[in-house]
Amino acid sequence: MMEDKPRHMESDNVTIDFPISRRDFLKVTGGGLIIFFSAGVLPAQERAPRRGGQDLPTDFNAFLKVGADGRVSCFTGKAELGQGVITSLAQMLADELDVPLDSVDMVMGDTDLCPWDMGTFGSRSTRFLGPPLREAAAEARAILLAMAAEQFGLPVSRLTVKDGVVSDKKNGGKQVTYAQLTQGKIIEKHLAAKPPLKKVSEFKVMGKSYRRTDSLQKVTGQALYAGDIRLPDMLHAKLLRPPVHGAKWKHVDTSALRNDPELLVVEQPDMIAVLHKHPDVAAKALSLVKVEFDIPESDLDNQTIHKHLLAVAPKAGEMVSEGGNLKEGERLAAQTFENTYADYYVAHAAMETHTATAAFDGDRVTVWPSTQTPFPAKESIAQALGIPARKVRIITPFVGGGFGGKSFNLQAVEAARLAKLTGRPVQVMWSRKEEFFYDTFRPASVVKIRSGLDDTGRIVFWKYDVYYAGSRGADQIYAVPHHRETAYVHYTGMAGAHPFATGPWRAPGNNTNTFARESQIDIMAAKVGEDPLAFRMKNLEDKRMLNTLKAAAAAFRWRKAKAPSGRGYGVACSMDAGACVAAMAEVNVNRASGEIEVKRLVCAQDMGIIINPDGARLQMEGGLAMGLGYALTEEVDFKGGKILNTNFDTYEIPRFSWLPKIETILVENNDVPPQGGGEPAITCVGAVIANAVFDAAGVRLFQMPMTPIRVKEALTKGKPEK
Amino acid sequence: MEIIDLKINRKPVRLSVDAERMLLWVLRTDLGLTGTKYGCGQGHCGACTILVNEKAVRSCMMPVKMVAGKEVLTIEGLAQNGVLHPLQQAFVEHDALQCGFCTSGMILTAYSLLKDNPKPSDSDIIRGMDHNLCRCTSYVRVIKAVRSAAISMKSGRTA
Ligand code: FES
Ligand code: FES
Repeated sequence: MMEDKPRHMESDNVTIDFPISRRDFLKVTGGGLIIFFSAGVLPAQERAPRRGGQDLPTDFNAFLKVGADGRVSCFTGKAELGQGVITSLAQMLADELDVPLDSVDMVMGDTDLCPWDMGTFGSRSTRFLGPPLREAAAEARAILLAMAAEQFGLPVSRLTVKDGVVSDKKNGGKQVTYAQLTQGKIIEKHLAAKPPLKKVSEFKVMGKSYRRTDSLQKVTGQALYAGDIRLPDMLHAKLLRPPVHGAKWKHVDTSALRNDPELLVVEQPDMIAVLHKHPDVAAKALSLVKVEFDIPESDLDNQTIHKHLLAVAPKAGEMVSEGGNLKEGERLAAQTFENTYADYYVAHAAMETHTATAAFDGDRVTVWPSTQTPFPAKESIAQALGIPARKVRIITPFVGGGFGGKSFNLQAVEAARLAKLTGRPVQVMWSRKEEFFYDTFRPASVVKIRSGLDDTGRIVFWKYDVYYAGSRGADQIYAVPHHRETAYVHYTGMAGAHPFATGPWRAPGNNTNTFARESQIDIMAAKVGEDPLAFRMKNLEDKRMLNTLKAAAAAFRWRKAKAPSGRGYGVACSMDAGACVAAMAEVNVNRASGEIEVKRLVCAQDMGIIINPDGARLQMEGGLAMGLGYALTEEVDFKGGKILNTNFDTYEIPRFSWLPKIETILVENNDVPPQGGGEPAITCVGAVIANAVFDAAGVRLFQMPMTPIRVKEALTKGKPEK
Repeated sequence: MEIIDLKINRKPVRLSVDAERMLLWVLRTDLGLTGTKYGCGQGHCGACTILVNEKAVRSCMMPVKMVAGKEVLTIEGLAQNGVLHPLQQAFVEHDALQCGFCTSGMILTAYSLLKDNPKPSDSDIIRGMDHNLCRCTSYVRVIKAVRSAAISMKSGRTA
């Protein structure tokens, strides 16, 4: 089947049914030194430690192995989506263990080899897996040193390690390799006392820039994604889709396909699919199916959605943070500000559409899906097929971008069901139109803020209500004595709210929250005639954030002025995934066309200890460039349950020619452990552009995306700020 | 079914296909050359870019009959005898990719661009690559990679 197996999906000679316990994992992975550890949310902390009819380990969700061949492997249920964890996690392991980076294998997202993990999202991989991974590696090193000491009859203090070779400090000829130490043994150990982690000054591999370990496969076309799996007798399936969410078919007539012996038609009450050995032929055949739908009525569209969302929102929300007493704050305020911000549905639009390949072997099914959540995929498939979860294996190949959009696994369930129904391997690859239709969009949302300043220009109260975006980024980052932040409805929505599915989108909620908060801050600064950077600094106490703002200002060469200054400068800051972000932008507003040209974007980020500086910059650049889309153009057009965008012609995402001059600054902070890097930078893009537009043209935009139409509207109305 | 003769990655290939089918699917499924990707199917994204007689072409919009007698090069054929093409080398060196799904199309579009214009300015590169989409987005690095590949190709490092 697959000849060139990418390193991270290596899986030789798996014979046992499904590993659950430590013993089982030891059997599957062969000899060596194994250290089990836990990172982030453990199965036991999730609702049910028993899932899909199987008991899950309750005290670990990752492990590492020093093999008898000297190679070091880390087994984790996370996936490489482009964010580069395949490299940064390997760096941590290599450094703490003192082995070369290229002797480390990351075995990711294979549910037969890796312990349960909840998924890859929220910039969590480095933050939550990183520290325990480093501890486990340090522990493995200590154990190996103790073994060598015993073998040599020397104290551990006499030994040193380099590149996986332990040697006597006084007699360099006396050497033993990790491989020799673990040869033919299965050692599962835990030390009573944890050895210390390396200090930043001792880092050899961490803190340095390494090229991605997966790029060679990716530049030669060898990297396998879900749609690149080829199995003997495999069929490609195209499924009949409703034109509108909620539509049901009344009559289906597949008779036109009856005479083609190469086609297979599957008709189930809830699924109609045409299968062929070529996907394009299957797609053409599907278009010959005659079908009539019952289409539900709905008058929701881009114009009416916010009114509807507010009308159906629950009265009580989730308290995000609170301090002081709002009444008291109102009393102290010399002036108050009240504004409403809104944004629209946004698509994930990863370049790879949802894809999965599935094949049965006896009563076991293996599925290769493009997914951020391999274990939840396994559970959904088991449930849909009515088989025990241990009969389902998920192998996560390379994923062509996720951004939160590949968390629900519908395509994987479709492929698995069709493989079962046809008895043949089946691949489902959504078309771009299906991708836009079934995407779990970032929700449209509304933020209402009421805030007040005392007569010295200090923020004295802040009442913040965010509807539908979620709470991430809603908490207070300024030093405000009286405040309350409330979030109504999670980003996954609730019944009766959105006309289609919604879900997490790169830094879920924080783009919306930062746009609203930082716009409001700017409005207040402008009202009191203060420079927006100085106003922020005055109202902030957090040292990390202050430092980050200073770093951005130095790089940008910010010069004090009150807005609107006509220069088109903007500033915004945020906290996300434990990182502090400060961004500055320079824009040009074309008053005739309403177009915003972003000329410069400077972004500083304090993400704690940096594992791979160049990888971190790459993620920041990526986030900043991607952010231009939600800020300027990206808005899903819909009419009821019908998605009007079907491709990139009407749904515009950022391109080369949109690129401003981008500058990224990593603010050194070795006092804080590594924080998220894949998401934070994107959070400020909308806000910083909105603020720069105000500085350029003197008009405030309260809605994203800031399309030319909205800019022109604002320019003609010249809406005065309250 | 028609018989179509062409060269793919320098080897003669005889296809017996419905000649109206798009080359993308023939490459990916009939021939198993999966390095060429599907991103949109309508010519908007460039993920499916290949070279036909050294010119970048969107294979999702190219019926097989149009390439009869021609030379097709896909990403799998770019490196020769295990030696990466300078563009591939530059993409690796500059980390000009994240998820990598757009990468084949980026590299082959850049190949065609450098054929036409061996000394492109940054704005030439941006103009030439502007219809290739990268959601991740590695645009900044791709520009650097193409610029540096142009320099190393000029100094004779061609594969
Ligand atoms: S798949 Fe051909 S241009 Fe997008
Ligand atoms: S690297 Fe992911 S789309 Fe370009």
